Amino acid sequence: MRYHPLTGEDRADMLARIGAENIDALFADVPEGKLLHEPLPLAPHKSELEVERILSNMAARNVAASHVPFFVGCGAYKHHVPSAVDHLIQRSEFLTSYTPYQPEIAQGTLQYLFEFQTQVAALTGMDVANASMYDGSTGTAEAVLMAHRITKRRKAVLSGGLHPHYAEVVRTLSQMANDEVVTLAPDVMAREDMLAAIDADISCVVIQTPDVFGNLRDLSAIAAACHAKGALLIAVFTEAISLGLLKSPGAMGADIVVGEGQSIGNALSFGGPYVGLFATREKYVRQMPGRLCGQTIDAEGRRGFVLTLSTREQHIRREKATSNICTNSGLCCLAFTIHMTLLGETGLERLARVNHANAVLLADAIADVPGAEVLNETFFNEFTIRVRGDAGDVLARMAERGVLGGVRASRLLPNAGVEDLIIVANTEVNMDEDRAAFVDALRAATSGAH
Amino acid sequence: MSGIRYTKDHEYVRLDGDVATIGITNHAQEQLGDIVFVELPAVGKSVEQGAEAAVVESVKAASEVYAPLSGEVVDVNKALEGEPAKVNADPLGDGWFLKLKVKDKSQFDALMNEAQYNDFVATLS
Amino acid sequence: MLHQQARATKPAAHATRASQTFTGNRGLDLEDPLIFEIGRSEVTGVDVDAPATTKTRLGALERTDPIGLPGVSEPEAIRHYVRLSRMNAAIDANIYPLGSCTMKHNPRLNEKMARLPGFGDVHPLQPQATVQGALALIDALAKNLLNLTNMSAVAMSPKAGAHGELCGLMAIKQAIITRGEEKTRRVILVPDSAHGTNPATAALLGFEVKSVPGDADGDVHLDAAKALIGPDVAAIMLTNPNTCGLFERDIVEIARAVHDAGGYFYCDGANFNAIVGKVRPGDLGVDAMHINLHKTFSTPHGGGGPGAGPVVLSARLAPYAPVPFIVRDGDALRLVEHTEGTQSFGRMTAFHGQMGMFVRAYAYILSHGADGLRQASEDAVLNANYVRACLADLMSQPFGERPCMHEALFDDAWLKGTGVTTLDFAKAMIDEGYHPMTMYFPLVVHGAMLIEPTESESLASLDLFVATLRDLAMSAKRGETERFTGAPHLAPRRRLDETGAARKPVLKWSPPVPIRDAAE
Repeated sequence: MRYHPLTGEDRADMLARIGAENIDALFADVPEGKLLHEPLPLAPHKSELEVERILSNMAARNVAASHVPFFVGCGAYKHHVPSAVDHLIQRSEFLTSYTPYQPEIAQGTLQYLFEFQTQVAALTGMDVANASMYDGSTGTAEAVLMAHRITKRRKAVLSGGLHPHYAEVVRTLSQMANDEVVTLAPDVMAREDMLAAIDADISCVVIQTPDVFGNLRDLSAIAAACHAKGALLIAVFTEAISLGLLKSPGAMGADIVVGEGQSIGNALSFGGPYVGLFATREKYVRQMPGRLCGQTIDAEGRRGFVLTLSTREQHIRREKATSNICTNSGLCCLAFTIHMTLLGETGLERLARVNHANAVLLADAIADVPGAEVLNETFFNEFTIRVRGDAGDVLARMAERGVLGGVRASRLLPNAGVEDLIIVANTEVNMDEDRAAFVDALRAATSGAH
Repeated sequence: MSGIRYTKDHEYVRLDGDVATIGITNHAQEQLGDIVFVELPAVGKSVEQGAEAAVVESVKAASEVYAPLSGEVVDVNKALEGEPAKVNADPLGDGWFLKLKVKDKSQFDALMNEAQYNDFVATLS
Repeated sequence: MLHQQARATKPAAHATRASQTFTGNRGLDLEDPLIFEIGRSEVTGVDVDAPATTKTRLGALERTDPIGLPGVSEPEAIRHYVRLSRMNAAIDANIYPLGSCTMKHNPRLNEKMARLPGFGDVHPLQPQATVQGALALIDALAKNLLNLTNMSAVAMSPKAGAHGELCGLMAIKQAIITRGEEKTRRVILVPDSAHGTNPATAALLGFEVKSVPGDADGDVHLDAAKALIGPDVAAIMLTNPNTCGLFERDIVEIARAVHDAGGYFYCDGANFNAIVGKVRPGDLGVDAMHINLHKTFSTPHGGGGPGAGPVVLSARLAPYAPVPFIVRDGDALRLVEHTEGTQSFGRMTAFHGQMGMFVRAYAYILSHGADGLRQASEDAVLNANYVRACLADLMSQPFGERPCMHEALFDDAWLKGTGVTTLDFAKAMIDEGYHPMTMYFPLVVHGAMLIEPTESESLASLDLFVATLRDLAMSAKRGETERFTGAPHLAPRRRLDETGAARKPVLKWSPPVPIRDAAE
């Protein structure tokens, strides 16, 4: 077997050195009758060539986003990632190292984590960011728990514009932890009265911008209302590129900002692994979940970096830890930080403008399609359209023409009366011909919809 | 001598009238190593004997400081927020944590005196 | 209040460098400033076309202030990250015997497979007809995990081991709620040797955590466990093989006791890599166990993730598995994404789990096959016992001469009186080119040193490793403390001041204050 260096002779010599008669003597502690003496009924080992053939055949049964005009978003976005990113993250020293427990020989990881934290804090307009969470949705659930710890209240209010799967993750954890959650009704047009839901019993409001339907939300008044009642505002985003063009959540008064970082540096990969971004105000840093990297000096006075404030974490605080998180999204946050570094301020802003411009052009073009209308007043690179007939049927007919046209809202929100809505994402990868293909396919799909 | 009493959790108490000054012992600070953070209770809070009154952290450990006596918090050592190293430098002096207005002085009398505490520490390692 | 062993967290004394260079570099060891110190806001390493329209639909929410991000060209970026990478230890360069973390070889085939467009470039919300191959892969991996564990169902979505623990305990809690016992079954038993994630997870869900002591042999104390098991116990969380690297000898009896009392058995599967193909957790009475794909099935550790933590479930817990899960509809596979009409406890994450890790783990399983998986476990156990046997005369074992599983545990009793601590010993290993073993864990062993060589090491590699540790051990016993207390001398950094970092946290770069402002 190509991955095993020991030979039969090695094994015999080693057993002799140990003083064991055979390998099963080392498994002597296994209770009577529980040790298997035959290999399990699985196929025997395979060569690289065989494995590659099996997996390539499976992969070929999927439609890759790059191969078609592609407008699917809702929490994961198709962007172009520069070649340098994937090349660099496959450096052995990044790929095959672990959590930097020994800082003297992990400065590479620690320095990029410090740079990552600085970038995330700047993007979100916050004081401090951690070294990543699993993804945006689990980060949101952790943010709610953090707000509960800070306010010593145990009730969260979720906006009807929050990604329904994020809301479900928060509800699941909260229900299991015996905390209260109020979820406002699905809010397609961003018209919910959030201020009416804020009172002195709640620990936090969770609101997403751009929201799941693509609407931009001004958080300033909600932040002020939360603070007046001693509650916190948790701002969520699922499209990190939007931060290049939009007022930051921090500037609008958010106390915790949490979001999905997949858009920058990371592949779609059918939903994971992704990288959760998590930032807050300095005064709350000791209530944060997750790892933090800090600057210090070594014995020779040279600048270096270490994991710090670890007493919040499970390996020290155990049942009193701020979170149970251990392994996070190291390599995904490396991909994020390399892509972010390559873009820089100029590149990020321009990329965000291209995303927005493409969406504006598509929205304008859809206005001329009789069977469809764009519902949003504002958006970044994603908006919701109402179509004549069932959205699932329309999308299926578009798919027959080779266009993956978006997400039907009822997939996320069954039984919510949104069967005629499609959420459409446009990024820099949707060029003129892709938008034309979308509009043609939509026109054809909706004209036959009676 | 009124002096100073100790607990098995390595807190000390110094009683002046009905006000008890509480901190951690020299042995405790040695065991914890460099103290990096101290979390103190709010003034006015009532604590019961044995309840968590403060938290002290080194880089690799976090420990609860339990109230050796019941009472109301009347003062906390705010200087520790900026300079937790005072706990290492002078645990029984500048490194004190909090002052309690004591309800029941008999709780004090029941704690270990210095000789008893030293004997107790000697049994630990 | 003292429940940790103190150790130095800042350098004892300030040292001066042996050889100063103008640049601060040492030969091929190149320093690089922070990206914020070399970047310029107007530079970019990505060419983006001008937007096709200047019309906007942003309302009044367009950003007006600069973000404050630096930019660099592509060659500068490559150089920055390549330089950083060279300051890291890695399995690809040498043995990385970090106990409990399973730093085994990462096959590059698996990287290539995860990047096939049909896996890496598919969206979680594409129409399901366009992702049948992706669903088939998840389904095939799931069946393999069930086969290896002899369990009934598997929840694929948890994102890492600790997330898997959360999933397992939520399934248990849902089962208890269904039985109407949530008010009475409120205790989770956790051995004091457990990973910190176990009590943290239990506490997160509002359970009361009760600690179970170990016995003199390194197992959970059977009588103590039995005494604690009662009608108030929701579950016991047991790591097997345990964190001392030992197979829990009484595991079947403990499982029976907790079942008889109406509770569940959660197994922390972090160390499953020792027994794949040798023992099936389902045969031991396990009700739920997470599998760290990044450990047992060698998906890369990536400097701290991403991991993946699928949870296998017994028949008693299977109905409560989280959404989404895959069902078969005729010839097609379909994702069930909502809990309506199911007994599922809810949802763990936005999408379907760590697909990138699933592809790698499945490639690993196919490559190894039944014979290779079994051999991997046997070699991991053999290598650990070889290290143990070769060091047993010099270093002390807390639980005597007992075969270990995939990792060998030593304590610091043998260092007593030498002036050298476990920390010093670990740092001296760095000068010899080795990543240290896990130290000071498990907490129940004083000055613990937990060595996990994995099956990826050749005999020659182990022999040099063992010879090095023997040399260091004899050096410590001879009183050559300077080799230890100042170590490492030859790493990219000397010991770092963790105390200073924690007392005055600096968690991001800040622009230097201009001199004229600072002077005011």
